[in-house]
Amino acid sequence: MHESAFLLGQVFNGFSVASLFILAALGLALSFGLMRVINMAHGEMLMLGGYLAYLTLQVVPGPMGIIVAMPVAFLGAAIIGGVLEFAVIHRLSARPLDTLLATWGVSLILQQAARNMFGAIGVEVTAPSWLNHTVSIHSGFLSGLDLPDTRIFILIIAALVLAGIAALLNKTRLGLYVRAVNQDRATAAAMGVNARLIDLAVFSLGTGVAGLAGVILALLGPVTPTVGQSYIVPAFLVVILGGLGSLVGTTIASIIIGLFTALIEIFVDVSVAQVLLLLFVILFIQIRPQGVITVRTRALEG
Amino acid sequence: MKLTYKHAIGAVVLLFGAAAPWLISGYELSLLGRFLALSILAMGIMLTWGEAGILSLGQGVFFGLGGYALAMHLKLEGLNLANGDMPDFMVWSGVSALPRLWYPFANGFFSLACVVIVPGAFAAMFSWLVFRRRVGGVYFALITQALALAFSTLVISQQAYTGGFNGLTDFSTLFGWDITSLGAARVIYWITLVLVVLAYMFLSWLLSSRFGVMLRATRDGENRVRFLGHDPVPYKVVAFSIAGTLAGIGGALFTLHSGVVSPALVGVVPSIEMVVWVAVGGRNILWGAIAGTLLVNFAKDQISSALPSLWLYGLGALFVLAVSFLPTGIAGLFQPDTAAERVVRRMLTRTKVRTAE
Repeated sequence: MHESAFLLGQVFNGFSVASLFILAALGLALSFGLMRVINMAHGEMLMLGGYLAYLTLQVVPGPMGIIVAMPVAFLGAAIIGGVLEFAVIHRLSARPLDTLLATWGVSLILQQAARNMFGAIGVEVTAPSWLNHTVSIHSGFLSGLDLPDTRIFILIIAALVLAGIAALLNKTRLGLYVRAVNQDRATAAAMGVNARLIDLAVFSLGTGVAGLAGVILALLGPVTPTVGQSYIVPAFLVVILGGLGSLVGTTIASIIIGLFTALIEIFVDVSVAQVLLLLFVILFIQIRPQGVITVRTRALEG
Repeated sequence: MKLTYKHAIGAVVLLFGAAAPWLISGYELSLLGRFLALSILAMGIMLTWGEAGILSLGQGVFFGLGGYALAMHLKLEGLNLANGDMPDFMVWSGVSALPRLWYPFANGFFSLACVVIVPGAFAAMFSWLVFRRRVGGVYFALITQALALAFSTLVISQQAYTGGFNGLTDFSTLFGWDITSLGAARVIYWITLVLVVLAYMFLSWLLSSRFGVMLRATRDGENRVRFLGHDPVPYKVVAFSIAGTLAGIGGALFTLHSGVVSPALVGVVPSIEMVVWVAVGGRNILWGAIAGTLLVNFAKDQISSALPSLWLYGLGALFVLAVSFLPTGIAGLFQPDTAAERVVRRMLTRTKVRTAE
């Protein structure tokens, strides 16, 4: 295999990891921009999406199962997210650190519920046959480069979701309200925007996208009660790097973290890569404490 | 100083604490000793989270640094290093020679110094890097969680140098003194109790000093502190370092009590569990941190041995309920805020979210 092919393969991996981070972190970043709260149970929305995909495939087997699973997982996670926002997060939103702890409690309960219902070992979702191919390049200076269909599928889904959310935020009335509340909640509310409802809608949308990401995770490996945990810490780092409630910032931060992880893992093992990623984030905030893109400054919060 | 009924209660509790080895069984004593060691760490969380408003989800890291610093010495004691002896797990992992990092830990005093200095110094460096760029609050909590994850995966993966997932265990002597006997367990318990009392006295002095006032001011309005011409960063860094040091000491004592230090005690989940002890006990009241630690851990010991799956539901519910309905914890029930404090708190919790509606 050519070195350039290997390097390009890693870059491709980086982008596919980044697209998962985008889907996982999008909801976190949007709600964080609006309400300044982090939902620690967000990882469990990924898990929920994975299990919903598994259940959907029990009902709708065959090649189209995964296509049906996506709206199911989106809706299921969005509904649970809405309930969570209404019951816990809204009540605590004046105390961001307490929200963090309360939602962590929710995540423990959801994990244990999954363990009781589906077992600790996890369930398998088999990728449909139309995703079982690999695009291989055999000639030229990139010969030996393998691009599995599932990874390409992830990239396409992430791009579609991102485009959809961008259109929603920039072209619709709802998006206008979201941006208004994001920039200045008090003024937006004074102009007649129902900020409370916007919070709920954006939160549900974010958890729905996480549920969708869960379907994709199910294609990559078994769905376990703790499957969300392994993606959620990088997703938090994406939120830190991304800047407040900015779609572009979240995307760029996901790509930075995805590429950094994929490229550094050429040289070191996974555990050292994690340490280096954390170091990278700490160094990054030395240079840009406000994140990649900022709508508002962080310095005078609170 | 005027003696009040509070001093009387304190004296009675201390008396019972000191007499505990004769009052309860050996097993219960070992649990109590462990949980008291943890309560030293919990008082550190009370200092940073309750008083300074810094939520750390990575206290397990400092706990682990202290625990491992002592455990490394305990593994080396009694070995003839000049002879090329190595701890058992290194032999099993096929390490050819003792790693350089381990050598100084053959000296017990070096090891004890590391228990105190390493977690504190690391906490100081880490928190300074983050706070100096005015990154705090939720961001800090998330970064410390990433730290806990990175630390525990690193410890697990470096099997040959750290004992990996099983950690370091099977200790026999400290300074030539057999630590596995029943008598030793009592002495270790008393040492723990004395250190708990010392930490308590130190922190209550600290919190009643001007330093404590600055911490609370920073928590309630960091920008106002800046506008008044003070730099809050050194105060936050010092508070976080003290909490790190206390966590390290707690970790070392816990290691002595339980005879093991392993990644299971330092990762993401245990680190956040530590916060719930303080949330349940009372984040603004020092004895609440101790009481919460003892209460939650004894409950965990009882429930998780009988019904393990129930414990996780219980822990989750505890997080939600304690934080939503009892923000001042159990201690807060006994020590209601003064009217002035209530007014101040109400003013400050009314953030943008509330005012907008």
